[in-house]
Amino acid sequence: MKHLDEYRDSGRARALAAEIARAMTRPWRIMEICGGQTHAILRFGIGELLPPGLELVHGPGCPVCVTPLELIDRAIELAQTSGVVLASFGDMLRVPGSKTDLLAARARGAQVAMVYSPLEAVRLAVQKQDRQIVFFAVGFETTVPGVALAVREARQLGLRNFSILSAHVLVPPALRAILGSPQSRIQGVLAAGHVCTVEGYEDYEPIAAEFGVPVVVTGFEPVDLLQGILLCVRQLEQGRAEVENQYARAVRREGNREAKALVREMFEPVDRKWRGIGVIPSSGLALRPAWREFDAEARFALSTGAVEEPSECISGLVLQGAKKPYECAAFATRCTPERPLGAPMVSSEGACAAYYRYGRHHA
Amino acid sequence: MPDFALSCPAPLAQHDRVLMAHGGGGRLMRELIERMFAVRLHPQHETDAATLALAGKRLALTTDSFVVRPIFFPGGDIGSLAVHGTVNDLAMAGAEPVALSAAFILEEGLEMETLSRVVDSMAEAARRADVRIVTGDTKVVERGHADQLYITTTGVGMLIHDGELAPWRVTEGDEVVLSGDIGRHGMAVMSAREGLTFESEIVSDSAPVHREALGLLSGGVRVHCMRDLTRGGLASAVIEIARAARVRVELDETRIPVREDVRAACELLGFDPLYVANEGRFIAFVAEGDGERAAALLPGGAVIGKVKETGSGVVTLRSLIGAQRVLDLLSGEQLPRIC
Repeated sequence: MKHLDEYRDSGRARALAAEIARAMTRPWRIMEICGGQTHAILRFGIGELLPPGLELVHGPGCPVCVTPLELIDRAIELAQTSGVVLASFGDMLRVPGSKTDLLAARARGAQVAMVYSPLEAVRLAVQKQDRQIVFFAVGFETTVPGVALAVREARQLGLRNFSILSAHVLVPPALRAILGSPQSRIQGVLAAGHVCTVEGYEDYEPIAAEFGVPVVVTGFEPVDLLQGILLCVRQLEQGRAEVENQYARAVRREGNREAKALVREMFEPVDRKWRGIGVIPSSGLALRPAWREFDAEARFALSTGAVEEPSECISGLVLQGAKKPYECAAFATRCTPERPLGAPMVSSEGACAAYYRYGRHHA
Repeated sequence: MPDFALSCPAPLAQHDRVLMAHGGGGRLMRELIERMFAVRLHPQHETDAATLALAGKRLALTTDSFVVRPIFFPGGDIGSLAVHGTVNDLAMAGAEPVALSAAFILEEGLEMETLSRVVDSMAEAARRADVRIVTGDTKVVERGHADQLYITTTGVGMLIHDGELAPWRVTEGDEVVLSGDIGRHGMAVMSAREGLTFESEIVSDSAPVHREALGLLSGGVRVHCMRDLTRGGLASAVIEIARAARVRVELDETRIPVREDVRAACELLGFDPLYVANEGRFIAFVAEGDGERAAALLPGGAVIGKVKETGSGVVTLRSLIGAQRVLDLLSGEQLPRIC
């Protein structure tokens, strides 16, 4: 883990910040897509190093935050169903649905297991043959290959008690929707390095060209982020709108071909509602018909229909980068991590939680 | 964009049931202690151990329950932990541990072999810490009503100083001294519990710290307040003292030792080592000018921060790249992230 120090070096970080300041002749507004990047920016105080004319806007890159209420309600409904154990990553457990969250449901007797990987949920299914194990599959492109492997393993093992509730979402369609919105003020984009390790960045090339916005594939450490910002600022200053790769130590243009092939074989794009944003065409993934026996929505009779979301929270605007968390009237008063109004306040990668935790006293 | 349903879920009502986060060492636990226990029972809840004056002697009294899962982990087990935890709470009050009680809640079906390993480990830990276990209690509950076994230890100690070690004594200029590297216990237990394997095995720091802590006092260091780092980690301990003392504390992240294997495991799971549990580390707030001497008395000791002005009760951290941020209590335990 020595490499971490190299990317957290104070001297390198300051030198890059100075270079960004020198490269800028006018203010610019750049969106970092990934919630992990948002947290690194606030955790290390990167904003403090940047010149005042550079505004960072936090994008929708927190898979927990964009999972719609309906799906969380369905997960809770499954956990409360007799004979069913709902397995999920820890991050998802505290996110409120329309009435309660998974941890509070567990305190009332629902069966919820926290797992660290989808394969662990398969192992749970092997151990508990008398229970139906449903894995709540949340995440961007990064986490889908692991879920695909788990489903394939379940078929190889002949398991009839394993299924997934898919909440998978895809970044490029969401980015297209945000940049295409009349409210968009985004001039440059830092794409999420981890997502691109799987999918590569070919899909961003038409987006950069269509909207005239530079896209820089960027890592998660302070030096990565500052390099990504520098590359983006240089493009903006030179009037270019290309896809560049700052995170070359992990990302290739074509991504991970094997993982992509596996995902395409087992999943197909579907329209998906993003919490706070709305339905974005072809922005989600669901199991293909050949694998549908492992789809919890096909296996169980679950509630359908939309859930009305109350009005005070501005998470939709926050997730699109149109507002900062502290511009919300409820921020840190009626909305806190203990009593969240919206998902961005709950997830460790949510923009509101990041501001609450790291930036509250600077806002 | 298809539609702009700028929306959000309804607030959850006040919790009408106990959640895991109520025991997580963060904000919800603090709320529970203040609103449920403190208002009814009036304990001295700002310190880990209460001090009592009995027949001319000044004593410290503390109690702690242990529910760790798995009960055996690299570097310790529930038995040694139950001794160390209580010894350390006494030490933080500046007391030499004298005697412990131990109460066991056993689950029907627990293997005798397992129990004897735990009890042997307790005996060994008590011997090493030079403290006697003088009384105890045993209860057995039906299978499924407990997870193998729980242990509660209560400890009595003799104060070795005339003053009081408490947050109210912390003042502007005090230096913050940390006794060693952080985050090992939490990551060791989590790796053992979840079957996570890293390149090298992370071993818990579980240990008695009373000799180190009392060594500061007998070595003439002007100690104002001490706290052992348990649930909630270094950050929560410093925040609680800063709030109780109403002072601003500034920590320097570059001076806080974290082993590389612990840091790597934390990165992987999205944890901040500042909030990960320890069982053999403590912080001491010492008078200005005594910090380096205190650090030299502790193997692995380091001066990691300073008390700035009085008033705010806020803890700020100078990050590795030199920027400032505020440290706050977490809601409950850290949960592993998704990607």
